[in-house]
Amino acid sequence: MDLELIITSFPKLLSATVITLKLLSASLFFGLFLGLFFAILRLNKNKLISGFAYGYSYVFRGTPLLVQIFIIYFGLGQIEYLRTTFLWVILKEPYWCAIIAFSLNTGAYTSEILRSAFETIKPGIIEAGRSLGLNKVFIFTKIQIPIAIKQSLPAYGNEIILMLKGTSLASTVTLMDITGVAKFIISTTFRPVEVFIIAGSIYLFITFLVHNLIKYLEKKYRYQ
Amino acid sequence: MELISFGDKGWGDELFVAALMTIAVAVTAMLIGFLFALIFTPLKLSKYKILNLIANSYTTVVRGVPELLVIYLFFFGGSGAIMYVAQIFGYYDYIEINAFITGATSIGIISGAYSTEVFRGAIQSIDKGQFEACHVLGLKKHIYFFKVIMPQMLRLAIPNLSNVWQITLKDTSLISVTGLVEIMRQSYIAAGSTRDPLFFYSFAALLYLILTFLSMKLINRLEKNYSRGY
Repeated sequence: MDLELIITSFPKLLSATVITLKLLSASLFFGLFLGLFFAILRLNKNKLISGFAYGYSYVFRGTPLLVQIFIIYFGLGQIEYLRTTFLWVILKEPYWCAIIAFSLNTGAYTSEILRSAFETIKPGIIEAGRSLGLNKVFIFTKIQIPIAIKQSLPAYGNEIILMLKGTSLASTVTLMDITGVAKFIISTTFRPVEVFIIAGSIYLFITFLVHNLIKYLEKKYRYQ
Repeated sequence: MELISFGDKGWGDELFVAALMTIAVAVTAMLIGFLFALIFTPLKLSKYKILNLIANSYTTVVRGVPELLVIYLFFFGGSGAIMYVAQIFGYYDYIEINAFITGATSIGIISGAYSTEVFRGAIQSIDKGQFEACHVLGLKKHIYFFKVIMPQMLRLAIPNLSNVWQITLKDTSLISVTGLVEIMRQSYIAAGSTRDPLFFYSFAALLYLILTFLSMKLINRLEKNYSRGY
């Protein structure tokens, strides 16, 4: 055990935590909207539309996140046409590429979580709304969505933790998040155990916070 | 199309071998995972708090820390740890572990944490009456476990184990950072030498999709086999 290394590398890893949290929150934010959008498409009666949403979630859940990041970061830059459009401003930044890949990935998982939550809502609840004369949009936003959110909280908590672990892949496209900095310190000092302990505890601490936040929300939104 | 043709000009044969390597790593890792699950599931279900604590810290730490970090720990620390142990026994030469073993072990440890949770859940959801019935019938311990509990546990565990398999299969892409030539690493090499990353990474994604699709088909058949009578 090299205590000095632990003390000197702790602040470095802590400042890298900011990038990890930024990546995490941005991709969860965009992913939630994507997930909701595709969950609604999945419930559409049109086979083509629901099939498209299914294909999206199948592809993004069936391939490793690493491939997705590499396609977006290394692959898309290859298309000459893209380089001339304004999109290039975003796509040349590894930071935004990582966020795009993470959002699409978590969006696919979130859409599955929300879809199954929508499907478990009892038809009687929707029928009750309809017989009260509420319109479709009102029923959806005021009845179905709140119930679905409550239903999907435990699964979504797991997804947040999976995504937190997923952000470590940002280090493969040169971003210096916790894992990126950890790898840098390991490869310069050859002290993997010490660095693993600190970086690991930072991740575990964030996991712990997320876990408790979800627990708190579950309690708050329980049926009375 | 020429890019993925077999032979000297294309990368078809290289990618095919790489896909086999991915399967080999995933299967080895899954088996190592089962080994870990076999050790840690009884600890989780044990009466003794200390054993519970050991098993819980294993599953919590491994499932809460990024896979990449675990792989770096083994990649950079693996040979150091083995050499340390070897030195105790008086062996002072440099030992290098190959990338396959490092990769399969690190992914296996991760997979094992998930498998442990799956087995624990499956055993806990078996009806208490089954255990009591075995006790009343006076069955021997190994018969009781292998003939009564195990088949029921497998039926409950297979759907979740298929998720673990998917996670494990996808995690193998991460060991490309250690230089083991599996799908991801081979695509990286091919993309570098042909300057066509979009094509090769998309092709890699397709390969993974094929692998997940085929394994799902296989697991569904297994699931049917174990739910006979339900």
